[in-house]
Amino acid sequence: MQDELFQQMKQAIIDGDPDRARELCQTAIVQGIPPLDAIHHGFVPGLDFVGQQFAEGEMFLPDLVLAGEAMKAATSSLEPEIQKIGATRESLGKIVLGTVKGDIHEIGKTLVGTMLTANGFEVFDLGVDVPFETFALKASELHADIIGVSALLTTTMTGQKNVVEAVERHGLRPRVKIIVGGAPVTQSWADEIGADGYGKDALASVALARNLLKKPGETQVR
Amino acid sequence: MLPNLQLLDAELLERILSEAFTLIWQRGVTVQAPEATDLLVAAGARVEGGVVHIPESLARKSIDTVPREFHLHNRAGEPVVKYGGDSVQFDPGSSCVHILDPGTLQHRLTQSADLVRLVQVAEMLPQYAAQSTAVVCNEVPKEIGDLYRLFLVLWYSDKPIVTGAFSPHTAPVMIDLLVADSGSHAALRQKPRAIFDVCPSPPLHMSEFASQNLIDLARAWVPAEIISMPLSGAAAPVTLAGTVVQHAAECISAITIHQLAQAGAPVVWGGAPAIFDMRSGITPMGAVETAMLNLASAQVAKSFGLPTHGYLIGSDAKCLDAQAGQESGVAAIMGALGGINMISGAGMLDSLACHSAEKLVLDAESIAMAQRLLQGIQPRTESLALEMFAKAGAQGDFLKIPETRKYFREEQHLPSKVIDRGSLHSWEQSGGKDTLTRAREQVKELVAAYKRPAISLQVENNLRAIMTEQVKRAGMTELPGI
Repeated sequence: MQDELFQQMKQAIIDGDPDRARELCQTAIVQGIPPLDAIHHGFVPGLDFVGQQFAEGEMFLPDLVLAGEAMKAATSSLEPEIQKIGATRESLGKIVLGTVKGDIHEIGKTLVGTMLTANGFEVFDLGVDVPFETFALKASELHADIIGVSALLTTTMTGQKNVVEAVERHGLRPRVKIIVGGAPVTQSWADEIGADGYGKDALASVALARNLLKKPGETQVR
Repeated sequence: MLPNLQLLDAELLERILSEAFTLIWQRGVTVQAPEATDLLVAAGARVEGGVVHIPESLARKSIDTVPREFHLHNRAGEPVVKYGGDSVQFDPGSSCVHILDPGTLQHRLTQSADLVRLVQVAEMLPQYAAQSTAVVCNEVPKEIGDLYRLFLVLWYSDKPIVTGAFSPHTAPVMIDLLVADSGSHAALRQKPRAIFDVCPSPPLHMSEFASQNLIDLARAWVPAEIISMPLSGAAAPVTLAGTVVQHAAECISAITIHQLAQAGAPVVWGGAPAIFDMRSGITPMGAVETAMLNLASAQVAKSFGLPTHGYLIGSDAKCLDAQAGQESGVAAIMGALGGINMISGAGMLDSLACHSAEKLVLDAESIAMAQRLLQGIQPRTESLALEMFAKAGAQGDFLKIPETRKYFREEQHLPSKVIDRGSLHSWEQSGGKDTLTRAREQVKELVAAYKRPAISLQVENNLRAIMTEQVKRAGMTELPGI
């Protein structure tokens, strides 16, 4: 019974169907299924599946975006339940995320946020057109572990370098890691500007964040 | 009959325009420069919650005042680039951050020396009617980057220039550089040498900088080129028709601001519309749909009789391979058939991130093919074939008759050495070189043959004085690339 419900939850994410996801959350609440179980055994496997299919070229950005929307619907439906029973999701780390100043594109950045959140990170999304200093100030205020900087345009990707410099000026390096992404961004660009990592897509950003925050002795996540 | 390709029938064109006007009125446009909003409101637009709603009547009135034709001039003051009608011209792509290093084949950050080399190559190739401020000079501080690029192009070229200011403080100095180059404000206005790209942010957003830039350019009578860049499915509707609607709405709103600032100032309906790759999240410049969007957008502009611009010939390939040739070649032909006045993008790889002098050489051949295509098939001789048959005799030896020698240069584009049409034997004899190798050699030859234009000492001194002051202020001691 419970397995069947989890399977339906997974399918709702794969189908990118927020209404269905909300409906299944209500069913879970009525049946007394712990909300964190619903997230981890029901919905997250759906998002993981979509992420893997995307990485393999079998699913596409619209699939990923809609899966993210369904995931958000599910977590916000279950949030009151989680608070009611006093449970908390274990946090893998705090990440400040934004699209760099001069750039208002947020598809990639939002997808990264969704995948990171679904996988247990606390994400603070600063939105788009974010001034360089703001990344540093917010990271400092929240004691964030990672700053993620997105840029879609070749003219704005140079701003990622300014963010690295701003974070350095605020004395947050090397404790706070900086990861960069966006269509024109490459690993060599990340290396050039002194960032700690680059993820080619939303799924890669999850592995990247895990690796950057792993404690000594832990094995690489791939 | 000259070849021409139209993708929109009259009914679809009408629907696109109707929805574009509806969009700027009902949904509205966010315009961030207060002065631009004031101009729009004073002319009858409505502002609600930071969104400007532009009535169709106001937009149409603004479109009416746009000059249907204007020219860019070379250093000698000759009108060598024509915006308007069905003229088709090409310039290299702009603002790349990487260059394909011809030695290592790595994509590395661009420096002043790379820009100089690209300018030299484009200067030597007649296929490029204009230069562009092609790459970012990474050793120059970002705050003077835009004007430094323009300075270098003015220093090394006689051709007109497609450029742009991307930060608020650089535009006035760039205009100063152009004034120094032309001799006076009046001379610059009379014979403009450069056009400035202004980019709305999709969808339907004019940043403070872009909207203010439109006003400043219009008032200085410096030609502006609107670079609307809807991305189908990401920052625009997924359908090509829907994307063309958005492109039209963005161009119309920008033109309205521009013409309200100065009616009659030159402005171009242009852009870099592209689809959005649902696998990689990049904007595939080599996609046929991207070329279709450019053609359809130009057709919309032409329905008003406005000058046009498009972004084509850039490839998504990472090196000078078959993909680069295929994508760029097809796009050059399509853009030419669309009668787009200025087609930017040659030389570009990696979806507009990387420039290559070698690719400029290769693309020049695609452009030459497109230019030849545009000339169509002409009768040229009084009898089409009969007379030549009579002269060629029973053997049909056409190589011997004078008409062959007289007309073959007009009839056939003679490609440069980057295109190999020789026999297998001669190809093997000369080392079996591939396209990239031949392009490298061609670039070397062009750079060796390049001569810097003769610039009057006074103009040089003025340009140098402006730039030296800017460079000093930015904390540098010399002018790199000079």
